[in-house]
Amino acid sequence: MQLDDLYRRVIMDHYQHPRNRGTMDNDAITVELNNPTCGDRIALQMRVQDDQIKEAKFEGEGCSISLASASMMTEAIKGLKTDQALQLVTLFSSMMQGQEVDSDQFPLEDIEALTGVAKFPARIKCATLAWKAMEKGLAQKH
Amino acid sequence: MRVNKSDFPILQQKINDHRLVYLDSAATSQKPMSVIESIEQYYKKDNSNVHRGVHTLGSRATEAYEAAREKVAQFIQASSSKEVIFTRGTTTALNLVASSYGRSKLSAGDEIWITAAEHHSNLIPWQQVAKATGAKLCYLELQADGSLDLEQVKGQLGPRAKILAIHHVSNVLGVIQPIADLAKLIHQQGGIIVVDGAQSIPHLSIDVQQLDVDFFAFSGHKMLGPTGIGVLYGKEALLEQMEPIEFGGEMIDFVGLHEASWKELPWKFEGGTPIIAGAVGLGAAIDYLQQVGMDQVEQHDRQLTAYAYQRLSQIDGVKLYGPQESRIGVVTFNLGSIHPHDVATVLDTEGIAIRAGHHCCQPLMKWLEETATARASFHIYNDEQDIEALASGLEKTKEFFGNAIG
Repeated sequence: MQLDDLYRRVIMDHYQHPRNRGTMDNDAITVELNNPTCGDRIALQMRVQDDQIKEAKFEGEGCSISLASASMMTEAIKGLKTDQALQLVTLFSSMMQGQEVDSDQFPLEDIEALTGVAKFPARIKCATLAWKAMEKGLAQKH
Repeated sequence: MRVNKSDFPILQQKINDHRLVYLDSAATSQKPMSVIESIEQYYKKDNSNVHRGVHTLGSRATEAYEAAREKVAQFIQASSSKEVIFTRGTTTALNLVASSYGRSKLSAGDEIWITAAEHHSNLIPWQQVAKATGAKLCYLELQADGSLDLEQVKGQLGPRAKILAIHHVSNVLGVIQPIADLAKLIHQQGGIIVVDGAQSIPHLSIDVQQLDVDFFAFSGHKMLGPTGIGVLYGKEALLEQMEPIEFGGEMIDFVGLHEASWKELPWKFEGGTPIIAGAVGLGAAIDYLQQVGMDQVEQHDRQLTAYAYQRLSQIDGVKLYGPQESRIGVVTFNLGSIHPHDVATVLDTEGIAIRAGHHCCQPLMKWLEETATARASFHIYNDEQDIEALASGLEKTKEFFGNAIG
């Protein structure tokens, strides 16, 4: 078990300089989720028009893994169709279970750095919190 | 002190290629071989149901189960083993008091007093009682380090104060609360005291009569015993007035088509087949602790906690919570702005097990203005070498995140 597997430079970069951190005041979908076992919290907002995610922002507290994952997730879903975003959730969830994923469908880019989390079972929930919020938010919309 | 690390087989292993340094005993302690063997022997030789079999095994199982109750009664200085009710753990014990005593004795306007430092298991049952009865849930003022000012407490408790439910030792701050004094104050108002002893009984000699507590709840698994067994001690006079909350086999006397009557104490509160092997294991844990001597245990755990506090305070960036004095068993901290989960993961790669999170104390975290903290906790198998491992693990964590974050 190597720490560097978990804390890749790119994760640190997202943790230190989170993308899309903040709030929107228009009629965005808002979801707040907690991880009750550890106290992590995310408030995710998404602006969806014509089934396309135009904008995504988040606020919250958590560890490096959960915040970096939220940052990467919001980057990745901007501009996606909602059904594509939901497919991405499935893909991410498989990735967290340590399965090989076919990344041809989606350019995973930075998200790929989270692959190592699968080796740390206690931390998977940290990584998936933002994704669950996104899934829940899109379900609300439909 | 007559404790051998080799008595604890689980500690004889490597985690991530490092010696296991187990610093999470406040969550659950490790078990000595004698406890593990007592359970194995019970299942190999004596297993049977209790209080019913005419056969030999039935008698042996009943004897083993009731002998464990006697051991507990003597260990906490109860005046009789009738006052010792076996439960699943502290949570079940506290829920039993809240559901049976709380709901029947309280009415609208009465007051239940607790603190913001309670474990969820000594908070939510009282929230529920307050909702059901119209009683008010009130909070004693805590000092900045989590301790209590008895003069202030005296001013807060009035004639409507019916129940004071409080931790003996905080699972986050490690503060030892002055239970005997608190018992006096609530008794002066005609109320009763319920003590969450989950974190005190592993480290301190408990004398329920000297403390003059009305109820005292604890778990076996934090005091070297197995999981799944705990105890509710209650004064006989109070237990006599209380109705069972679980009904079924084992707790009944006569059963008719439309009514039934209960067995005498303590069995009326133990519906269903009890946790026999758990009780046997708890008895073996008490034997082990008594062999070491509870005075020795307390001295060791106090000294080690003080050493850990002092050692961690030397590390740049470490913020400690709770008092420096009058503390036992746990040291809770944060390391700079590094999230405690990240701290715990780095330490785990070094073989060091600590707890990170809110420790089932969300209101306390709010009070501390933190979302989470890291906690190292100790028992008799820990030594200064373990604390040194923790200290160097924290230096490594800082280095790792310092370099990575810049």
